[in-house]
Amino acid sequence: MGKRKGMEIALAAAEAAALCRPDVIAAYPITPNTHIPEHLSDIVAEGRLDAEFICVESEHSALSACMGASGAGARVFTATSSQGLLYMAEIMAIASSMRLPVVMALGNRALSGPLNIWNDHSDIMSQRDTGWISLFASHGQEVIDMVIQSFRIAEDRDVMLPININLDGFQLTHVVEVMDFPLQEEVDAFLPVYKPYASLHPDHPCSMGTLGLPEIFAEATRAREAAVVNSRKTILKVWDEWEKRFGRRYEPIESYKMKGAEVAVLTMGSMGETAEVAIDALREKGVPVGLLKLKLWRPFPYEDLQKAVKGVKSLIVMDRAVSFGGPGGPVASEIRSALYDDPNRPDLTNYIFGLGGRDVTVEDFITMIDKVRLADKKRPKEHYEFYGVRGE
Amino acid sequence: MANKRWPENWQDVTPGCIVSEPGSASQYHTGDWRAQRPIWDNTKCIKCGVCYIFCPEGCIIEKEDGFFEADLDYCKGCGICAHECWPLAIKMVEEG
Repeated sequence: MGKRKGMEIALAAAEAAALCRPDVIAAYPITPNTHIPEHLSDIVAEGRLDAEFICVESEHSALSACMGASGAGARVFTATSSQGLLYMAEIMAIASSMRLPVVMALGNRALSGPLNIWNDHSDIMSQRDTGWISLFASHGQEVIDMVIQSFRIAEDRDVMLPININLDGFQLTHVVEVMDFPLQEEVDAFLPVYKPYASLHPDHPCSMGTLGLPEIFAEATRAREAAVVNSRKTILKVWDEWEKRFGRRYEPIESYKMKGAEVAVLTMGSMGETAEVAIDALREKGVPVGLLKLKLWRPFPYEDLQKAVKGVKSLIVMDRAVSFGGPGGPVASEIRSALYDDPNRPDLTNYIFGLGGRDVTVEDFITMIDKVRLADKKRPKEHYEFYGVRGE
Repeated sequence: MANKRWPENWQDVTPGCIVSEPGSASQYHTGDWRAQRPIWDNTKCIKCGVCYIFCPEGCIIEKEDGFFEADLDYCKGCGICAHECWPLAIKMVEEG
């Protein structure tokens, strides 16, 4: 089953998208996601994939072209990063409101400024509330798997929503990893031909993206919220099937060495891999610490979180973005709010770190964990703390 | 609005608010928005059709005798026809 190969993860994301036989790909290059559409254009040019590759003049057009094609019944794929995502912002919410299953690989990169091309999560956090399903991959295998899963989830009649797969810029996009590539026939068996709920066809005329007067806007928005919340069922169903077919299990929150853990670290994206090594080292010394890797950012997995932190006394939430003037990083404020009604909720410490490509090491994790577990169980004075910032 | 047909509850909203009935926008009578209506003085009208061309709503109709009138179900009373009418044959008058 599958083919093991070493490859740069961005190229692997393109290969995974190609395995899904998209009809239309529209993208505009921006570091660090560039290799994804670049490699897809190669695949199309080589004749390995029968798809329309649209060389658009901007990200605004890239997402617009994807939406138009999706409305016409095509399977579509795009990829971007940072400022490119911001240039798509106007279209982001429209894609989800029109319930078009656009699949996007997002090579996470800091928002300018100062101008920075390296990784953090400020790009996706700025588009959090646009009604997209958001997945976070922590290594290359997850990128391949999530890209393929995403088409199946997005196009499901019970979902019909756009999805972004977040992969950390450089830390994932530019790293070579040995990964298992599903075979074409395996993907074909898993992912049926896209049958749209409605499509723009002269034989069955319909209007998409119409005006919504105050008499309908609130109901339309409520219906969209229900669609995003309900997509959870399909996501779990698709992940179950994935495990049966490909042997790899996916959960909204992956637990690592959480048995008996009094201190838990919660991460999103590639830093989870580094954190694992730190957890291993501390566990060897007998420290009861575990790791939670949040993979499903939207719809937010409340039930899983409450279950995962049961028995945990101290929870350390790692944020790779800032909510300026807000109550901590975007992940931590979410988690705090999710646990507010739980009388046995753990103490919560929020570290903001790894911004704009700042390295995150195993030692950093150990230092942060030690600061929390040895600090007399007092909550930090502030809601959050910048870690590894000079002058702190 | 005699013909308004909002979905009863949010559960009844079609996915993506797709409208599957072609031309159904005509069921929404934008004439309800109107505060002023255009009145033609056919003694001044030279039947040039400028009003017909400029009407953004497409609701000005050429009658059999060659003169024009607005379909008041859809005329929003914007006054563009009166503004463009160079023989000054159209006047906007207050509704009600």
